Order: sequence, then C-alpha cells, then structure tokens
Amino acid sequence: MALKVVCYINQFFAGLGGEDMAHTGPCIERKAVGPAMQIDNLLGGDGRVAGTVICGDSYYGEHIEEAREKCIEYIRDMSPDLFFAGPAFNAGRYGVACGDIAAAVAQKLGIPCVTGMYSENPGVELYRSKTFIVKTVDSARGMKQALEKMVELGKKLVSNEPLRPADEEGYFHRGIRKNYFHERNGAQRAVDMLLRKISEEDYRTEYEMPVFKRIKPAEPVKDLSKATVALVTSGGIVPRGNPDRIRVSSAKTYGKYNISGIEDLTPEIFESVHGGYDRVWANEDPDVVLPVDVLREMEREGVFGKLYDYVFTTTGTGTAVANAERFGREIGEQLKKDGVDAVILTST
Amino acid sequence: MVREIEATAGIPVVQIATIVPIMLTVGANRMVPGVAIPHPVGDPAEGPEADKAVRREILERAFKAIQTKITEQTIFKS
Repeated sequence: MALKVVCYINQFFAGLGGEDMAHTGPCIERKAVGPAMQIDNLLGGDGRVAGTVICGDSYYGEHIEEAREKCIEYIRDMSPDLFFAGPAFNAGRYGVACGDIAAAVAQKLGIPCVTGMYSENPGVELYRSKTFIVKTVDSARGMKQALEKMVELGKKLVSNEPLRPADEEGYFHRGIRKNYFHERNGAQRAVDMLLRKISEEDYRTEYEMPVFKRIKPAEPVKDLSKATVALVTSGGIVPRGNPDRIRVSSAKTYGKYNISGIEDLTPEIFESVHGGYDRVWANEDPDVVLPVDVLREMEREGVFGKLYDYVFTTTGTGTAVANAERFGREIGEQLKKDGVDAVILTST
Repeated sequence: MVREIEATAGIPVVQIATIVPIMLTVGANRMVPGVAIPHPVGDPAEGPEADKAVRREILERAFKAIQTKITEQTIFKS
C-alpha cells in the first residue's frame, strides 16, 4: 500500500519569500512543494506526498499555539501515514517550529514523525525526546543527504522495523534506554573503556551526563544593609509533618513557608524529609541545613536589611533537571516580584 | 534551580553545598563550600558553640560573595 505523506516547511523553502514573509500564517498546498518534492521522489513507489503545510517562521514562533493548532487541523484532515518537517539545519525559529509540529503530530495523530536539524539548533534540545530528529549539517547544502536520511528513517518507522541505536540510525537520541543482555559484563566493558581512554582512542560512555547551561553572573548587591535576602534550600527542610507532601526524592514540587517571627528552626516545628542524606543532624537542628537562627542574629545586628518572610524548599535528590529548572524559574519570578535583592541557597 | 533563580530574578544567588564539582556543573556562579553533606551550614558534632560559629563564618562568606562583582564561576573559599 502506498504511504500517504504530509510535509511541513517554512515560507522560505516554499518560495514565498525570506524574512519579509516570515509573518505569513499557516496554509496548505495539496501537493508537494519545495523540499517535499524531493521527498516525493525519494519515496519512489512506496508513497506520495499528499500535501505540504507551510507557515512563516516568525508567525509560528510568535503564535506557537495557534500555529500548531491550525497546522494540526490541516494535517489531520489529510489523515497521513507519515509526517516530515523541515529539515531546518541550523535555522533556530524553523527548528523550533519543525520540532514543535512534529512532536504535536506524533502525539495527537499517533503517526511516525521525522524532522532534521543541525546539532546546535535549539529545536534539538527542546524536541529530541518527543520526535525523531535526523542529524544534518548546518545549512541547506546538505539538503539531499538530510532528506535521504529522513525518508529512510520514516519508512523504517512506518514498517515497524526494529531500530538500531540512535547513533547508528543517524538521529539525535531521544533519551530512551533499551535493556538487553550484553555478552560482556559491566566491569569488562568499563575496563575496555578505560583502556581506550588511556590510549587516547575513541570511547563512548554508556551513561551520558546531562549538559548544563551557563549564565552570566548577576551584579552584586551594593548596599547589604538595605538588602532583602531570601533563603532557599534543596535540603528538604519542611514544617513538621511535611504539609505539602513534597516527595523525599525525585521531587516534582517545592514548598513556600512563612518564617516571619521564627527565630530558630527547632525540631518541634521543622524537620527534614530529604531521602538522599542521613537526616539525624538536620532533624535535631534544622538550622544546620537552613540557617535561620544565625541569619536572624545577623539581621538584628544590621549586617543585612531583612530576611525575606518565606523560605522555598525542595528535595534535591534524583530530581529531574527540567523540574529543578522550573522550580528555579517560578521561585525567581516570585522573588523578583517581591523585590528580593539576593538569595542564599543551601544544598545537601 | 540556583541558575534559573539567578537568571529569572536577575539577582545574585550564592549556593552553599559540600560537593563543589556539582555546583560547578549545574552552573552556580557564586559558591561557598559547605561543611558536610548532611549539615552544610553547621558542625553539630563539635558542640553548639562551634556549630553556630562555623554557620556564622560560612554565612559571612556568603554575604561577601553576593557583594562581590564576578565575571565567571567563583568559589569563595575564605
């Protein structure tokens, strides 16, 4: 049976124009347009491109929900078996649009979706876990190879053929680990890896660590005697009984607790629920993790202006980076709104 | 969390923790090494006075950190 394929491209690849046309809203052509024509050729007898959804990059970026909804409507209407977006190479807005629409189509229509991007396209980090993103070079000079890889992977996905590891298939891994029995045990593989590392040969870790972002340091506080300082902790210090049921590990939430009028954190009123360290000391005196007692002394002495009335707490053990980042953003917004000047954050 | 608070609020955030490489990895800009994982800002085994004294000393360093202009990740060791 011939596959029915729908493609997504931007205004530029549709031949509508460059930046001057980037505000164009979504539309549909019931035929193959631009790179979709090459996809149509590559499919050969296996399928045909039934339609091409086109949207300006700025429009998609600025009206992401409306754009997604409208595009999905067009795509659903054609009931395709397979969906391609891009490739976007290193175009940031286009990459985000391709990633977003491919992820949404995969989720809403349940069909295989493939896009293509250069490793530094921001769309890769945002959408790699939600759609297949084939690795491309950074510009359209790699169009032919990109489309060949996308079509090959797309066909494979439709036929339910088992996939080899992401690296071998040529797409960005989606953070999925498959369990299987290896003929060599972990110790043997680790020693092999170490020997390769020592002899400066290529080796590949079996457990990649997340890569964290860097930010420019904030300006220092100029007049500490007038500054409001907030306390935040990932050390799991909460009011006794853990009223918000913050998880002991892999936290999905954080708590905000009023400490106005509290001079000292005693075991009668606070405790630690952190599942990643020995809580004996923290439960005898929570100040060893969340130092309210000494901060009150320093506040009275006028070392700094005021201790902010609330503390924010979570448990930082096994906590997903995405959750921790979200907590940080939400806490940051509240502190900004309340005019807090600096933060002391303790971690265990 | 430390990085996102600083980025969102635009205010200095000093992190006090014992495992410095983790603070470096997550992208904290101002760092003060803590005493121990289960009690980063205290040393309760040394008795109440010593415990409070070390807490005070670490917090003074934290205040020094938030008043110091920096251009890259900085560990305030003293």
